[in-house]
Amino acid sequence: MSTSSTASSSTTTQDPSTQSTGSPGAGSGRATRAKKKGRETRTAGTKPTTTIIVTALLVIVALYFLVPVYWVIVNATKSTEDLFGTNGFWFGHTFQLFSNIGDVLTANGGAFPRWAANSLLYSGVGAVFATYFAVAAGYALAKYEFPGRNAIFAFVLGGVLVPGTATALPLFLVFSKIGLTNTYWSVLIPSLLSPFGLFLARIYASAAIPDEILEAGRIDGASEMRIFHTIVLRQLIPAIVTILLFQFVAIWNNYFLPLVMLADEKLYPITLGLNNWRAQTDRLPEFYQLTVGGALLSVIPLAILIIVLQRFWRGGLTEGSVKG
Amino acid sequence: MRSKSAPWVLMAPFLLLFLFTMVVPIIIAIVQSFLTVRRSGLVGEDGAVSHFAGLENYLAALTNQNFTESIARMLLFGVVQVTVMIVASTILALLLESASAKWPGLFRAAYFLPYGIPGVIATILWSFLYVPGLSPIVDVLGWVGIDVDFLGPSIVLWSIANIVTWTYTGYNMLIIIAQLKAIPGDIYEAARIDGAGPLRVVTSIQLPLIRPALMLTIIFSIIGTLQLFAEPQVLSTMSSGINSEYTPNLSAYAYAFQYNDLGMASAEAVIIALAAFILSAAALGISNRLGRKS
Repeated sequence: MSTSSTASSSTTTQDPSTQSTGSPGAGSGRATRAKKKGRETRTAGTKPTTTIIVTALLVIVALYFLVPVYWVIVNATKSTEDLFGTNGFWFGHTFQLFSNIGDVLTANGGAFPRWAANSLLYSGVGAVFATYFAVAAGYALAKYEFPGRNAIFAFVLGGVLVPGTATALPLFLVFSKIGLTNTYWSVLIPSLLSPFGLFLARIYASAAIPDEILEAGRIDGASEMRIFHTIVLRQLIPAIVTILLFQFVAIWNNYFLPLVMLADEKLYPITLGLNNWRAQTDRLPEFYQLTVGGALLSVIPLAILIIVLQRFWRGGLTEGSVKG
Repeated sequence: MRSKSAPWVLMAPFLLLFLFTMVVPIIIAIVQSFLTVRRSGLVGEDGAVSHFAGLENYLAALTNQNFTESIARMLLFGVVQVTVMIVASTILALLLESASAKWPGLFRAAYFLPYGIPGVIATILWSFLYVPGLSPIVDVLGWVGIDVDFLGPSIVLWSIANIVTWTYTGYNMLIIIAQLKAIPGDIYEAARIDGAGPLRVVTSIQLPLIRPALMLTIIFSIIGTLQLFAEPQVLSTMSSGINSEYTPNLSAYAYAFQYNDLGMASAEAVIIALAAFILSAAALGISNRLGRKS
């Protein structure tokens, strides 16, 4: 009985996210139509001229957001000569995208692929564990009564407000005492913590997990850990996806922490590595082309990821704020 | 039957990490900020001894003109950049949710895209559009007789503001959209029956109801502004207008790793964290007061 209620409520929680893509399935189809209808009642009074003006405005804004990405795509195809000799908004005389990318991948003995792998390692491993820990703790704070519960939450909330860079410097001192600086661990360990994830997980868990499900599990004789791993985690999937994404992007974008911790170029994430190349453009102009190509390679996968996963991102946050 | 240990087992990994990577470093920073290191010997080869220095480091930091200037610079930056960004995010969110826009999903994705690009990479991208000789924008402006040096001392702060705005507008917009979507449809229905126009719906229904999301985005933006580091650090090699103490965080970094003065660096880090706290609390307080009035 508890399984059937779990299944049905988990489909309803995910419905909002299927709106834009219209994935097949009776449940989501109905939701799409209902949503469309809601949209139309609000569209009813809109004049076509308003639509044109608003859309034109949105296009102009979109150009602003896409210009740097467009520039890097166009200029990654150029030779160093064309990079400076031709207008940056259009292609040059030669098209050497593939040899440029080949250069990026092989320069410095394959440094770039290594940085990319490091970034993936830091962000992937960091995000998975940080999410697991944050969700477990957030759920505990939301669904258990115990002394000190509010104090812990207030304490962690304070942690959300402390700038990451303020802790990075003293963390460097701690890590250098125990010999962890300039290792993978020095970047990984701080990445395992997501106070913001706990914050989201707590809001979401208190709204999305009915006490009855937990009680039913307990009556069936399941242990608390088993209830968490089998029932709760499934209910929290939208929140989990959101926290995972947040943390992945946060670690991927982090610059200060690896800058402080790492000295060995082999351990660098993409951000540090690419900036290293850029810093050399003053003396060696060929590094311009490497930096442009490297920027393209690091932007494209994340851009795709962001666009594909955007709907999960929204779905997760919305649910939390609706009920929280 | 509930076991008493279950919540603690669930929280243990998080709390241990929290203790080790947040609480302990913060305590160390506070302790360090009250210490000063005296080195003996010509280059400190005879060892260094820490002394309790009271508020010496704090006084030194707060009377250091470079540091106070960097704080003033961030205040100016925050007032302008955060305002512009939050207003832009709100307008974009309202337009995308207004149902008078075509392809809202497409625009939402385009606006959100920069959030996935690390600040360093975003700065490198924009620096290509700032550097004379490489930048098509400088070229185009030159044709119409406008000569701008985006990296000049007087403009570079706003060139940085542009990068930050570019990166985070879409992100803040999504948070606001999430809250807009949470407004129940019958409120709109009631407003329509009462004959409220679109503008009235915005001012009387949407803006008051998205206040929590606005507060969230404003507080995170304030914290972000105080932490500004990557953008000016990357641009500093290209712009004569950025010195090693351009922002409070650059200053703390410089004291820790270039000047080897950990006491001063820690004092500055504590001041930055306190400022973030005070400003966030002030933002929350203002929000609560406004909330009670309306």
